[in-house]
Amino acid sequence: MYKLDPPPLLFESSRRGRFTACFPSSDVPGRALDDLIPAAYRAETPPPLPELSELDVVRHYTNLSASNMSIDTNFYPLGSCTMKYNPKRNERLASSPGLGAQHPYQAENTLQGLLAVLFELQQFLAEIAGLHAVSLQPAAGAQGELASLLVAAAYFRDRGEKRTKVLIPDSAHGTNPASAHLAGFEAVTIRSNAAGLVDLEDFRSKLDDQTAVFMITNPNTVGLFDPQIGTLARLLHERGALLYLDGANMNAILGAVRPGDMGADLMHYNPHKTFSGPHGGGGPGAGPIAVRDFLAPYLPAPLVARNEDGSFFLDHARPKSIGRVRSFFGNTGVLFRAYCYIRSQGPDGLKQVSEHAVLNANYLLALVRHVYPVPLGTRCMHEFVASARGMAREKGIRAMDIAKRLLDHNIHAPTVYFPLIVPEALMIEPTETESRDTLEAFAATLLKIAQEDPAQLHEAPHSTPISRPDEVKAARTPVLRWKDAGRSAEGVAS
Amino acid sequence: MAYIANTPDDVRVMLSAIGLESLEQLFDLIPPEYRLQRPLNIPPALGEFELTRRVGNLIATNVGADQRPSFLGGGCYDHFIPAVVDHLASRGEFYTAYTPYQPEASQGTLQATFEYQTLITQLTGLDVSNASLYDGGSAVAEAVLMALTITRRFGRIVVAGSVHPEYRQIVDTYLANLEPEIVTVPAAGGRVDPDEISKSVTDDTAAIVIQSPNFFGQIEEVAALAEVAHRKGALLIVSFDPISAGLLRRPGDCGADIVVAEGQSLGNPMSFGGPYLGIMACREEYVRKMPGRIVGETTDRHGKRCWVLTLQTREQHIRREKATSNICTNQGLLALRASIYLAALGPTGLRQAAELSTRKAHYAAERLSAIPGYSLAFHGPYFKEFVIRTPGDPERLLAEVGRLGYHGGIALGRWFPELADCILVAVTEKRTRDEIDGLAEAFRDVTPYST
Repeated sequence: MYKLDPPPLLFESSRRGRFTACFPSSDVPGRALDDLIPAAYRAETPPPLPELSELDVVRHYTNLSASNMSIDTNFYPLGSCTMKYNPKRNERLASSPGLGAQHPYQAENTLQGLLAVLFELQQFLAEIAGLHAVSLQPAAGAQGELASLLVAAAYFRDRGEKRTKVLIPDSAHGTNPASAHLAGFEAVTIRSNAAGLVDLEDFRSKLDDQTAVFMITNPNTVGLFDPQIGTLARLLHERGALLYLDGANMNAILGAVRPGDMGADLMHYNPHKTFSGPHGGGGPGAGPIAVRDFLAPYLPAPLVARNEDGSFFLDHARPKSIGRVRSFFGNTGVLFRAYCYIRSQGPDGLKQVSEHAVLNANYLLALVRHVYPVPLGTRCMHEFVASARGMAREKGIRAMDIAKRLLDHNIHAPTVYFPLIVPEALMIEPTETESRDTLEAFAATLLKIAQEDPAQLHEAPHSTPISRPDEVKAARTPVLRWKDAGRSAEGVAS
Repeated sequence: MAYIANTPDDVRVMLSAIGLESLEQLFDLIPPEYRLQRPLNIPPALGEFELTRRVGNLIATNVGADQRPSFLGGGCYDHFIPAVVDHLASRGEFYTAYTPYQPEASQGTLQATFEYQTLITQLTGLDVSNASLYDGGSAVAEAVLMALTITRRFGRIVVAGSVHPEYRQIVDTYLANLEPEIVTVPAAGGRVDPDEISKSVTDDTAAIVIQSPNFFGQIEEVAALAEVAHRKGALLIVSFDPISAGLLRRPGDCGADIVVAEGQSLGNPMSFGGPYLGIMACREEYVRKMPGRIVGETTDRHGKRCWVLTLQTREQHIRREKATSNICTNQGLLALRASIYLAALGPTGLRQAAELSTRKAHYAAERLSAIPGYSLAFHGPYFKEFVIRTPGDPERLLAEVGRLGYHGGIALGRWFPELADCILVAVTEKRTRDEIDGLAEAFRDVTPYST
């Protein structure tokens, strides 16, 4: 990242009449537009888009990219987001026309290669989950949560049961309660105990015959594996309720333990995290879901299935399906990269991914915990949550100050102020693709920052293009588009 | 070990610092009865060369729009993508970054998103846009949820039968466990009749949902439908084709309150259905009810103009179950591609893409409907897509036309039994006169033995 002033907005660089042609002239017989579409439906001028040369566009975006941190340029220990290396081989394969030029309504006999990939991916995800059936349709983790809860609702409706509650730990991602609400359930919060795990007593007191689902993230957002999960599953199943596993933290347990084997009935994956899909500056992700056999009839359709002759087809004939949560097949581009990643790792590689993700997190924890205390747990899984509470009390150094100062050292900040159950939280996830050298350099930087002048930290970062934007002002007087966006593009040829 | 940097020596040193002896011990907090005691049953690892060869060869067997002229549409279109889009969006600084939680380290993404929001207001004719949703279909469902909150009417949603059938399924799925009833008004004649719609709108109707150009390519009477909605205190939600903004009146100019769209056409490959881009824009007064990320302008501590994520108190990470939506992230990279596409085309280029598509579509309609036994199913104005009635079984006709080297269109019977003899044909600026003539000839040739 360079300390550059950002380029002017596209709109500020626009000059009337500047244009790069990319289309040929029409080769079909010319007819008056009025004969094709009556004037009443047509705009007099096209939208007032900016007018730029091709070089303007190239420089604009190249310079913009230089004011980003990214995995390709920086260590990015953003907890809960699994910012691991995004393999270039997958990008090259994904950019081929064998994927990009395929239309979702193409005849199945023109799609056999891709359908084979997606069919196998369904099988891989079922095997890694220890569950039986997979829908690749949901477009993101949050949509996978929603789809799963709708599957659960359809299952209970089919059984003639009216269950109204979804139980969710207070350490959960905000998407869990939001998804439960959207699926028509009441979200009931379960407290965490002093160890950062599910408070069994609180869980027992809230579990009743109205409970449809318990949503657990395991390992949880504090980076701890909750060993009570088998007990929780048994208690739920005794009441006829289902256990949902939020797969946000699958990077910690690949090939080591499978959600289905721990009693989970349904789950979602975040392939953009676990299976190395690039995060794209905020999407696209994907949110495939895996379920136990008795929930399979309710999955969103279509699934990829195999004919007796070995060819593949899209199975739409699923009368009990919840329907659709998005159009077409799914985020195929993201799923395809996940397939390539799993093929590149194989069974041993996936296991090593989790071993090294957990090794790296624990090594980092060992290097910094004497200065950055970790209130919950002695060891961690793939991430840990340190607390700056002591530093805040003693020196006035807050989690945000540490996060901002790290940017001066060309390191992306950890996730801060989440999960909510740890005060002044710094949630750190190094991932398996970082080297010991990187971890040691990061630890040294963290320790150095703890010794710095608090006044200087309050004003950090000092070397980035901007520093400490006024977020209150942004929210109080929202400016959400360029002020002259509506200016008409008069004089444009029509 | 693919992508792992630790050497055996590193592992030894690191384990010892943690106080452990083996990697296995890292997992000893997991009760042994749950541990997987065998390797995962997935194929062994492939090196880069093997992966590239095998997976590359496998997907090279697909026969896409790169190998056959494609007349497939129905919400996903084969528009031209200028090289600058692929080139710039492939910069690692863009695609390997994440949601701009730290504005100081993300001004590139934030400014690009602010520009995207501005471009979307320009395309839709509305005041504000979010940073994007998952796709055009779920964007319709999100718009419906938003309309419920805005109007506080939970009785009914009226949906035009000419809205993409999959979008309607998504609305059904999202609302399955919620209060409102969904009333679908058929589009006999290919378009909905504002008077017909009006009869279904009750005092507790939150919104009317239409698409224009609609699933059949026909242009709806958007302004009249806005009037119908507003007369009853309901909102008008319009799903539109962003390319059509180069030629047609923008939905915001016709009275739409919330506009959504599938943004795939704007520089994003078809990729067998995704990832795509859900566009959403609305009137200014509704912005605090809008789902998804939003970027706003502000100043930093030195007074410098900059951009941040804003209005986050709407969102799930703050409001949890009270959030406007469960959506977490957006489709950042696809929104970036759409912005680069629009910046590269400008108003003149967008106009050309729209006008060429409409001219070629009308030429194709003329050619196809001139084949004996073929006729246009609908007679309203249309943009780049039309429905052709055939004398045969569309599935068989399309299979035969496929054998002659064309992706000829989409058979409509699976969604519309009354259109079981019809094919939806889409024509973008990429199709040449030769390809259109070839398609017409192909249909003519195969018809005698596909009826």
